[in-house]
Amino acid sequence: MNDSPDPSIRPAGQPSTSDAPGGRRGFLRGTATVALSSVLLPSRSAAPGGGHRPGQAAHETYSPVYFTPAEWAFVQAAVDRLIPDDGNGPGGVDAGVPVFLDRQMELPYGHGAYWYMQGPFHPDSPATLGYQMRLTPRELYRAGIAAADRACMAKHGKAFAQLDAATRDAMLALLEQGKTPEDGGVAAAFFALLLKNTREGYFADPMYGGNRGMAAWKMIGFPGARADFTDWIDQQGKPYPYGPVAIEGSAGGKA
Amino acid sequence: MSTDTRMKPVDAVIIGFGWTGSIMAKELTDAGLSVVVLERGPARDTSPDFAYPRIADELKHAIRGDLWHPLATETFTVRHKTGDTAVPYRQYGSFVLGTGTGGAGAHWNGQQWRASPNDLRIRSLYEERYGRKFIPAEMTIQDYGISFAELEPHFDHFEKVAGVAGTAGNLRGRIMAGGNPFEGARSSEYPNHPLPPILSSQLFADAARELGYRPFPVPAANSTAAYTNPYGVRMGPCNLCGYCEGFGCFLYSKASPQTTILPVLKGRANLDVRHNAHVTRILLDGSRKRATGVRYVDAAGRQVDQPASIVVVAAFQLNSVRLLLLSGIGTPYDPRTGKGTVGKNYAYQMVSTTSAFFGEDVAMNPFVGAGAAGQQAIDEFNADHFDHAGAGFVGGAIIFAGAMGGRPIAQMPLPPDAPKWGSGWKSAVRRHYAHSSSVATMGSVMAYRDRYLDLDPTYRDAYGQPLLRITFDWHPNEYRMTAFASARAGAIVRAMRPERVTQHILQPGDSYDVRYYQSSHTTGGAIIGTNPASSVLNRYSQCWDVPNVFVLGASSFPQNIGYNPTGLAAALAYFAAAKIRSDYLKSPGPLVAA
Ligand SMILES: Cc1cc2nc3c(=O)[nH]c(=O)nc-3n(C[C@H](O)[C@H](O)[C@H](O)COP(=O)(O)OP(=O)(O)OC[C@H]3O[C@@H](n4cnc5c(N)ncnc54)[C@H](O)[C@@H]3O)c2cc1C
Ligand code: SF4
Repeated sequence: MNDSPDPSIRPAGQPSTSDAPGGRRGFLRGTATVALSSVLLPSRSAAPGGGHRPGQAAHETYSPVYFTPAEWAFVQAAVDRLIPDDGNGPGGVDAGVPVFLDRQMELPYGHGAYWYMQGPFHPDSPATLGYQMRLTPRELYRAGIAAADRACMAKHGKAFAQLDAATRDAMLALLEQGKTPEDGGVAAAFFALLLKNTREGYFADPMYGGNRGMAAWKMIGFPGARADFTDWIDQQGKPYPYGPVAIEGSAGGKA
Repeated sequence: MSTDTRMKPVDAVIIGFGWTGSIMAKELTDAGLSVVVLERGPARDTSPDFAYPRIADELKHAIRGDLWHPLATETFTVRHKTGDTAVPYRQYGSFVLGTGTGGAGAHWNGQQWRASPNDLRIRSLYEERYGRKFIPAEMTIQDYGISFAELEPHFDHFEKVAGVAGTAGNLRGRIMAGGNPFEGARSSEYPNHPLPPILSSQLFADAARELGYRPFPVPAANSTAAYTNPYGVRMGPCNLCGYCEGFGCFLYSKASPQTTILPVLKGRANLDVRHNAHVTRILLDGSRKRATGVRYVDAAGRQVDQPASIVVVAAFQLNSVRLLLLSGIGTPYDPRTGKGTVGKNYAYQMVSTTSAFFGEDVAMNPFVGAGAAGQQAIDEFNADHFDHAGAGFVGGAIIFAGAMGGRPIAQMPLPPDAPKWGSGWKSAVRRHYAHSSSVATMGSVMAYRDRYLDLDPTYRDAYGQPLLRITFDWHPNEYRMTAFASARAGAIVRAMRPERVTQHILQPGDSYDVRYYQSSHTTGGAIIGTNPASSVLNRYSQCWDVPNVFVLGASSFPQNIGYNPTGLAAALAYFAAAKIRSDYLKSPGPLVAA
């Protein structure tokens, strides 16, 4: 319920397919599984916001405001691995998570407006005392992506986005564990924020740019902004029959 | 510091417009006093600020914390022990702070408990029952010097003001079926009936009963019917909308200052509420035994002095302690000598979670949830409701169950071995979201000589003033408490017969971790007691050192309890207000001889 919740210490608390065009899904799945054809990825990410193809999903034509072309390629390639399009519900890229991330970078959140950012900074404090770096979210993305790409170049001679899926997974795992060279903790902090923000974009209301078509909500059976269970209070254990609604009012249909 | 403006003197100034500030504003204006309330945050009301559908936004409210106090302007520093360098609490994690009308009371959860009678006389009770040696030497727990019977009318009144839904367990000494048999004797029923349990709490209650415990509905400040409180303010029934904790209630169901008290204060000629007014200190006269008013920074950045005969500090536990230290009221606590009182006995709560993962045929509907309505609890292992002789620790925990909304960003229960990302994560999310539930223990934390609050030597707020420094970590007593309570919670959850049970329990060696939300129930630092050498306040929440200053909120708790704190904070506020009205206004001065 806050910036870094541990769901395991909160009393907490259908399969559906993405409603994105089938061609898009097939395209993405191809890039994720055809390990050798790494040429596919750069070709899609080299021209962010570029030439609109018929049937192309809206977010493919999205021009990032904050991220540079190289960063945008990284973000798409990373989100594609954090929440893959694996036939098991919507993938993060299809769901618009990269768009969500780019928009967040431009909001007060991205500028660190929610955080106490006065020094001195003691990044070597015990991890249990929380985030202690000087970087705002947008600065952490910039530094983190650069560090990640440097690590990929050093190890594989290619930028992250040009690696095949399995190698990207392996590099993400190194980032997560802070085991990439010369990162001074930036990579691990960046990975943690990227993962957190990616989940946010996946499950937040679609008006923020992610969770397109409420696909992530449909996947788990969350009714979104319905916020009215008067008729359901005493229907213990009966599966909830209604699909989600979004804040701006669109109904997503049954899961 | 020179001031830009000096306002007309008033009878009383109240710092903070949360729960306790609102209670005091009502009581003092009822008594005919001229009152100014200074609230650092913006004005907020149900409409338009909490209106549907915009309020039903998990990212904006429960993740980014749009209604919470922005840490950018003022936060705290934290370290685990003296000698360490404290670093700022830069992002929200372990606890959340309110701001604006209603304070944390606008976006709290509404689990509305009374203290247990023996919570109020904890040291005497343990010494009588288990011998003096039972309490470790470094444990600085104290009695309140107030009996449960004295507070009972005030607990009762607050429950009626807040429209609390519950089932009486001990009505005037008679144990009642379906309620909490361990509660202190109450003078009347709850004003609202509880909602039926949602599935996750029904399964818990059935299992608890099977094991011989006596489950009951968690008292919920989420009104369950069309209800009119003693002030004539109307509340509507809660629909378990799932957007409760961290959100304002769009249905006028969750008790908050704006849904229960403030409507009757509107337009009162003797009340002046100023928002965006950040109090920087309480002003004292040359004797330092009398407050002359407060100084604040207004929305335009001007320094303003507000003279007043009475100063009520109701700024939330941590902020209130900080204001006393910044103002030089009382003697700061020194952990080496144990002398001084301001900042002493800081404590927190220790929670654990037991998660139950069911088969896909169990439709848990976790989004049908509230702050407290529809939840169930047991109280067997809290306070001194069980024999501690063999247990080897002081204190205890409530054990409770129920969903609070199943909001998928933050409330996504997965087994600890589930992958954190990738296809494995997605499968786990799909598999478990709608088919799991959890049971929590909320445990008391005792006070210790080396756990305290003082001013940070390095970090400052947006107004250039030192931040408050928290020196805190767990003690062995609490690890034993949580192991004990969590073992019992685990047994109940196994009796719910899920496919899988996992537990998250702090172990000896695990330090206090600010990154994860635990509870917003921080306590102590300006504690109530019977003796000015060991407490900041007398039983009427009046400063021993500066008798025209009254400090409300959980800063006055000498140790933490295994319940949510607001019921006790509110009862103590009404208790203080009654004494101010009956005695202090007639003859201002110390209400208890030092
Ligand atoms: C997310 C959350 C869930 C909670 N759930 C529960 C629950 O289920 N049950 C329960 O019992 N309790 C719960 N609580 C705790 C409950 O909200 C508090 O106990 C209660 O609000 C405390 O009342 P208060 O008057 O002391 O402080 P608050 O209600 O926080 O009010 C303090 C006010 O003082 C203002 N202030 C602070 N400093 C200054 C200053 N320098 N100048 C001017 N104004 C200032 C603040 O802006 C704020 O508005 C919860 C809290 C949170 C945050
Ligand atoms: S759960 Fe009930 S009390 Fe809470 S916000 Fe929703 S309607 Fe209001």
